[in-house]
Amino acid sequence: MIISTLSTVILDSNLGWTGLVQSSLSCLTIVTGLFFVFAGTIGVLRFPDFYTRLHAAGMTDTLGAELILVGLILQSGFTQTSLKLMMIGFFLLLTSPTATHAIAHSAYTANLKPKLGKHNFSKIRGGRP
Amino acid sequence: MVLMLGRLLGGPTLYDRLLAVNSFGTKTIIFLCIFCFIIDRPDGLDIALLYALMNFIATIAVLKFFNYRCLGVSLIKEQMEAEE
Repeated sequence: MIISTLSTVILDSNLGWTGLVQSSLSCLTIVTGLFFVFAGTIGVLRFPDFYTRLHAAGMTDTLGAELILVGLILQSGFTQTSLKLMMIGFFLLLTSPTATHAIAHSAYTANLKPKLGKHNFSKIRGGRP
Repeated sequence: MVLMLGRLLGGPTLYDRLLAVNSFGTKTIIFLCIFCFIIDRPDGLDIALLYALMNFIATIAVLKFFNYRCLGVSLIKEQMEAEE
């Protein structure tokens, strides 16, 4: 992906300024998104607690995925493909934080305790005794 | 994406595994999109869209099963218990 984008930028010198800006911007956003995805995966593996792992996974799901999809939209131009990509991005942006919140709330009501901090679990409404 | 499988297999609690499954689904969507762009066939984007919806529904369904231990609506049972 990145190599093809770079080769497009370098080889096709007749793209003009708009093509150059488009390709370089999409390459930049895709590389940034891949960095976020990789950092989130390492965070999920290395963090000590469930809630910190949840933070890392949520950041991967929203920011990394959205950046990669925006890069692909920039590269595809104004076609049907970009419309499908925008729909995927919209649904990801809608459902992924909801799923993360649902997992966190379910773990919190099931009395899964975080490692640090003081929590009074008896005050949670709906929590199991 | 492969690293997330490690958390899936070795997660200490049940919610860790569910989180890993959810994140793995998101990474599958990203992988499908990038793969369709590499081979220049945008047909697989429909499958990615389907995955994005199925992933959310599957996560919510499994969470509901974890919380209530059943997938049906438990309203009638609660009403019967309240009447008793």
